[in-house]
Amino acid sequence: MVDFLERPGELMEAYGQDTERKGFFTDTSICIGCKACEVACKEWNQNPMKGDLEILGSSYDNTGSLGANTWRHVAFIEQGQEQIDKARESGARLVGLGMPAFGAPETREPNTTEDLGMPEFGSPGVRIKNKVDNPPNPDTPEFRWLMSSDVCKHCTYAGCLDVCPTGALYRTEYGTVVVQDDICNGCGTCVAGCPFGVIERRDTGTIHTKPDRVDSRYSMDVKHKGTAKKCTFCFDRMVDGQTPACAQTCPTQSIQYGGREEMVDNAKKRVTAMHEKGLTEARLYGANPNDGVGGIGSVFLLLDEPEVYGLPPDPQVPTKDLPKMYKKVGIAAAGMLAAAATAFLGARKK
Amino acid sequence: MTLSEFDAYRPENEPRRKRRRNRPPGKRRGGGNGDGAREMPMVEDVEFADSYYGRPIVKAPPWDDKISAYLFLGGVAGGSAMLAVGADRIGFDKLRRNTRLTALGATIGGTVFLILDLGRPERFHHMLRTFKPASPMNMGTWILSSFGMGAGVVAAIEVDQLTGQKIPLGVLRKVVYAFEKPAALLAAVMGAPLASYTGALLADTSVPTWNGGKDNLSYLFVSSAAMASSGFALITTPTSQTRPARTFATLGAVAELFFSEKLTADMHPVEAEPLQTGRPARKLRWAQALTIAGGVGAALLSRNRIAAIASGTALATASMLTRSAIMEAGINSTKDPRHVVEPQRDRLAARRAKGIVDDSITTVG
Repeated sequence: MVDFLERPGELMEAYGQDTERKGFFTDTSICIGCKACEVACKEWNQNPMKGDLEILGSSYDNTGSLGANTWRHVAFIEQGQEQIDKARESGARLVGLGMPAFGAPETREPNTTEDLGMPEFGSPGVRIKNKVDNPPNPDTPEFRWLMSSDVCKHCTYAGCLDVCPTGALYRTEYGTVVVQDDICNGCGTCVAGCPFGVIERRDTGTIHTKPDRVDSRYSMDVKHKGTAKKCTFCFDRMVDGQTPACAQTCPTQSIQYGGREEMVDNAKKRVTAMHEKGLTEARLYGANPNDGVGGIGSVFLLLDEPEVYGLPPDPQVPTKDLPKMYKKVGIAAAGMLAAAATAFLGARKK
Repeated sequence: MTLSEFDAYRPENEPRRKRRRNRPPGKRRGGGNGDGAREMPMVEDVEFADSYYGRPIVKAPPWDDKISAYLFLGGVAGGSAMLAVGADRIGFDKLRRNTRLTALGATIGGTVFLILDLGRPERFHHMLRTFKPASPMNMGTWILSSFGMGAGVVAAIEVDQLTGQKIPLGVLRKVVYAFEKPAALLAAVMGAPLASYTGALLADTSVPTWNGGKDNLSYLFVSSAAMASSGFALITTPTSQTRPARTFATLGAVAELFFSEKLTADMHPVEAEPLQTGRPARKLRWAQALTIAGGVGAALLSRNRIAAIASGTALATASMLTRSAIMEAGINSTKDPRHVVEPQRDRLAARRAKGIVDDSITTVG
């Protein structure tokens, strides 16, 4: 990766602190879609309300997306048998693609359904079409619900941080990426820099619910209007040794918080275990240090292709190509000077 | 797995499922089986394979035509400073004066647009609290500032001379005049990156259409800048002194036509799409027509002042339209996740086909 781009390890060394890089592991296979993380995040960070409490018509997701006022977003996806099968196949194909493998999933008899701990509806075994390993089908037949709590990725190579012209975005001693509210001047470059569409300028938002009036005695201003906002990994809690609000409140341990290395290890163990059970749709997102953003701080376990969850399939930090772009800038500038010089060649005052 | 004796009245599960499966896909809704054994989709079937309810993956920056105007004016300023140095060398005093004044005017205008576009305009100077090569916006602010100093000094001298030394410079007059040559040179040298860095500013983002233009945007922008700045010279300066500006304009126009074609040709087709559809496409077509008209006018109609003014206006308008089209196309490209997903899938597949399989963000272990 490019030399002048900073990454968490270097900076943490430079700080001379023995803090470790922190991370989330969001295991979407055990998310129940309760949105407690969204609520806890809003409450702790005092984020304003977005929009006018509309119903979006996208399953139980009425939040929409991550943004300046939404730092955790729970996605809801409803899928039928065809999509489940496709997800299972695409996940199985990932095995043996480069990344260190954990051994092929055990082959099982089609009708085996023991040790799944799932209530059985009908006889799912017989409808399995997956030829890879003939796993038992643990899902409700013909239907499944994907729920995933999305959050800022706190990338190893953070696009927002790189392009920030004021230095308002910085890398903390925990390897996370945080905006300094009093420095950001709201230029919006980071919004374009993020490959995941996470950070946003807080141009809208209200803390008034509909019946409220601006002159209500509860009225107060929206904080940090006009500056870029995103998940801080609950930096204020972290420095006190506390767990971020979302992970603290998660009732199913779908959101785990800890040292980044430990989180990646947990994620790898979990995906291995799931594949061994024949759940080949499971895959990790952001655990690979060789990917376009150098791995992410908040690793996910997904049950389908990333784009199904609104995540980019091959994100790359735009600054990766910046040296090449600067070269073009230089050549273009030289070309323009040369053209101007040419224009004056031979021209003399009459 | 009956839960109550009343379940005995329910129809058998198996035949019902078979019927469901035989239904054409996309007609799942309202099966009405309400036995609780399976959940029913609450929304119409959506094509999920590509996106999450068709919502954007990357976000559009909060930029609009204020930034397009800045890109345009930055180019005008940079090109004008170059013309001013050349005019000074060969003694075209009117061209020198007019281009110097244009350079400062465009710098001030551009800076105002840039500041107005900020979420917190009162903090504009925070851009200068750090020097950060990783951020093109930061580099651009330093380029603009140093350019502005040079352009400011020479323009102040012109105004001072125009008004018969009415500017209250006092004892500083000598100092300012002593810096005329270095200041003019500084403006000309910084004018080039001022016109070209904006290519990196847009390309160094996750906006598909801008990022896809990383090989050509800087080239297109300097061409556009040459064209626009000499267009202003054609408007402001008598024809006896515009010959270099006409050459510069023609070179710029030819390069602009070439690089705006190359820009889309070098992109992934899905990244190029926002430039080829809707308003950006119309703007680009107008820009192309005006570039040709203005370029031909600048090259051939040398003696006619009216024709020169018309050509200059056409060239400047073409440049503004190009910037605005690229701005809008970029913002449009973030709205449909297809522009993000398809090029990314293709490049991932291309790397896998080449045998590079260790750099996917999606892994299993």
